[in-house]
Amino acid sequence: MNLTIGLSHYLLVAALLFSLGLICVLTRRNAIGLLMGVELILNSANINLIAFAHFIENGISGQIFALFVIVLAAAEAAIAMAIVLSIFRSFKNIDVAMTIELKE
Amino acid sequence: MGLSFPDILFYLLAVMILICGSIVVFSKNIVHSAFSLLGTFTGVAGLYGLLTANFIAAVQILVYVGGVLIIILFAIMFTRDIQDAKDSNPARGLVSASFFGLLVAILLLIIVLKFPWPVKTPTNHGSTVPQIGDALLGKYLIPFEVLSLLLLAALIGAVMLVRKEIKPGEVKEPRS
Repeated sequence: MNLTIGLSHYLLVAALLFSLGLICVLTRRNAIGLLMGVELILNSANINLIAFAHFIENGISGQIFALFVIVLAAAEAAIAMAIVLSIFRSFKNIDVAMTIELKE
Repeated sequence: MGLSFPDILFYLLAVMILICGSIVVFSKNIVHSAFSLLGTFTGVAGLYGLLTANFIAAVQILVYVGGVLIIILFAIMFTRDIQDAKDSNPARGLVSASFFGLLVAILLLIIVLKFPWPVKTPTNHGSTVPQIGDALLGKYLIPFEVLSLLLLAALIGAVMLVRKEIKPGEVKEPRS
């Protein structure tokens, strides 16, 4: 593997970050911990989009899509915090294993 | 080894992203997780800068560090006492999940290294802000506006979810 930075280096970092996020989503029991895992996964996808835009497309469509992903992540974080707060209000707990009841 | 300055920067940022990401995933204290998320986001912004996506790097800092991270910290502070944070982020099935994650990582690494990516020599070297502005108000105008509506709907939805419901006739009592 040559040491000059190319596309595959960025893709490798993104793949490792994605795996970390996957482990986080699989193991966390705290709802906010889950949210952090989702953010890691979205960030790794964004690295891929921008690396492809730089090395393959030579344009900016990838950057626009990364922008859209960032906006979606912000919206998702706001909604997730609202859900976590209302779960906390009714269960006094945000452990996702404890909050298995659907009804009030 | 002729490592140029951007290459060294890349390796530093990659190490920073992966170490901070590991702390996010494996730390038992959720406050530590939240603060190492800061390192991950900043490192990813640095990678965007290296890929000549300077506008996206700025947006990453503004939205992730200034928005998402603050929201996460608010959620942590609202939902539990900061004093008993020692074991606040329990994990279950860490061994099997780590094995699975490692498997996925190896699979992705094989794909990345084996696939013949049609790489071109990058021609973008300056700022991409004018191009992004043109694209957002030209080719991508409709998705951009739909996204604005979605953001508005998400924020209104968040407010609707967390507000206290006061039934008619009920006396509004001060919160303890």
